[in-house]
Amino acid sequence: MRVLIIEDDSETAAFLAKALKEAGHVPDHAADGEAGLALAESQVHDVLIVDRMLPKRDGLSVISQLRENGIQTPALILSALGEVDDRVKGLRAGGDDYLTKPYSFSELLARIEALARRTSPEEAVTKYKVDDLELDRLTHKVTRSGQQILLQPREFRLLEYLMKHAGQVVTRTMLLEHVWDYHFDPQTNVIDVHISRLRAKIDKEFDKPLLHTVRGVGYSIRADGA
Amino acid sequence: MALFGSAAAGAIGYIYWQTNVLLARQLEQTIEAETRGLAEQYRAGGISNLTKTVSNRSLTPGNSLYLVTDNEGRRITGNLTSVSKILWNSVGRVEFVYKRPSQNGPEDRLALASVFRLPGGFRLIVGRDIEDRRVFQRVVRSAFFIGLGFMALVGLGGGWLVSRGLLARIDAVTATGRTIMEGDLTGRVPVNGSGDELDRLSINLNAMLDRIEQLMAGMQEVSDNIAHDLKTPLNRLRNRAEAALHEHGDAKSYRDALERTIEEADGLIKTFNALLSIARLEAGTAGKAKNEIDAGALIQDFVELYEPTAEDKNMSLTAKVADDVHLKGDRQLIGQALANLIDNAIKYGGSKKGGKIEVTAGDTGQTVEFSVSDTGPGIPEKDRERVLKRFVRLEESRSRPGSGLGLSLVAAVARLYGGSVRVEDNKPGLRMVLSLPHKTNHNGVSRTQ
Repeated sequence: MRVLIIEDDSETAAFLAKALKEAGHVPDHAADGEAGLALAESQVHDVLIVDRMLPKRDGLSVISQLRENGIQTPALILSALGEVDDRVKGLRAGGDDYLTKPYSFSELLARIEALARRTSPEEAVTKYKVDDLELDRLTHKVTRSGQQILLQPREFRLLEYLMKHAGQVVTRTMLLEHVWDYHFDPQTNVIDVHISRLRAKIDKEFDKPLLHTVRGVGYSIRADGA
Repeated sequence: MALFGSAAAGAIGYIYWQTNVLLARQLEQTIEAETRGLAEQYRAGGISNLTKTVSNRSLTPGNSLYLVTDNEGRRITGNLTSVSKILWNSVGRVEFVYKRPSQNGPEDRLALASVFRLPGGFRLIVGRDIEDRRVFQRVVRSAFFIGLGFMALVGLGGGWLVSRGLLARIDAVTATGRTIMEGDLTGRVPVNGSGDELDRLSINLNAMLDRIEQLMAGMQEVSDNIAHDLKTPLNRLRNRAEAALHEHGDAKSYRDALERTIEEADGLIKTFNALLSIARLEAGTAGKAKNEIDAGALIQDFVELYEPTAEDKNMSLTAKVADDVHLKGDRQLIGQALANLIDNAIKYGGSKKGGKIEVTAGDTGQTVEFSVSDTGPGIPEKDRERVLKRFVRLEESRSRPGSGLGLSLVAAVARLYGGSVRVEDNKPGLRMVLSLPHKTNHNGVSRTQ
């Protein structure tokens, strides 16, 4: 995956580039808004990571200019401003996701991988399948090895989101945002308890666990046992 | 002042001048008419007729003056005894001084007359005594100047007095400003209660100063809090990293140390974020979104979110909502406040056997009240006020994870929207009530503490 980092702090940019490389991605870097805009326009990237406050041209303006020029590369906004109002402003300017500084790299990685997936032409998918676990978005039916599993509506949406991002890591805040539509840090591990209930339903009776905990980051649903 | 003075002087001067002109014209017209009438009599009845009429008129007392002379200037009749040669030789209107007998001997008086030459060398002089008018004019003129002088004096004096009072009050404002610049935020502008412009200005300045003082106190509190409660975990983090560096352990122990360091850092970030959120709420810069919130749905959301967590601790979590409870506000903020209350109830509101948590939403008419009640140990009366403050953690909870900011955030949300938080006794247990107005006016400015 080609990732363009538009970030003026060279140390942060270097850290991001190194970490992205280690995760198997190809990073590009621009140190100010103008350079970032030029690079995003001239080359094809899968995801943009845009700092909100940049020299020469601020991050939001870079994104809205790109959108105006018809470039839909998904963009993750990094900002020190964490309030809901700022978040809404960022998303309105054409950003696809928003992450508040300071952030953990695993959270950032999980989010850009989810963003890149979003653009893949599979919006019309009605069925998700991971190994022998199947989820039908139309009939709301979930089966594993042909056996039907009964889920609460919220458990269904939780599983749906996890399966949409099968193979990727999904963080707790991503789940709270997308499954519950709340954008704050829960004080306790409320999400973990929901996951363990879901796990009891889809994994407990079966030999091979599909829903994995990624320590310190979040969760991932995938076929390989690792 | 000068402008007003000159305008008044101008107006009075103009009136005076106009009156003069009018009076003079009237006088001239009367003299003119009389002269014409007498000339007519001469033409009709000769000198004898004229003499008779003039003699008659001369006898009537008044201001009218008459003189008829022959071509040598000798007096034939009239109440004027003699006139000077110059006057006698002039034609038309003439002003002159004549002598009139009075109690103190003859006096000089001013007169206006018309000299008319009759056919046959006779002269007819018809006049009016205008001495009285001249005296009157003089009186008016002196009254005018005295008046003007008096007005100037009063105006200047009054102006000086008024401006001295005004400047003294402005000086008071300046003095207050200086006190505040010197760092004493308690200084206030004096208000005299007259309700005039300056008074209103003072009242507004004071309100502004109150607000600034409040914000400064908040800042002070935050920096104190940061010193106390952020330094401790930072120090712990540093010590842990240092210890790991000195230990010469294996890869696994390094890894563990690093993981714990990250955990500690994450905790710090959480605390920091919570502090920032509270600060923003208190400054009134956050929570401007106005969503239509269905209180029932909101409560259901959170009961559903926390229910498994509660169940794990052997507690029941239920919602009870009256029908159709709605309010306007920031869904995320009010949601977070509610989440914090439920979170607290789960953390501290249980006993070994478990417990019951009930979340309700109701409409009191003026406000929407959310309540979270538990059946735990509750909070002693003396601590109820205190728990809403930043970083306050009661002894019983110190050993458990938490930043001591959860309830402060709830209180900040309530204050932002002009609502309140009540800490009540659930007998047994704790009942937290978040009361918010229907239309949560975003009143970051006008609220008082």
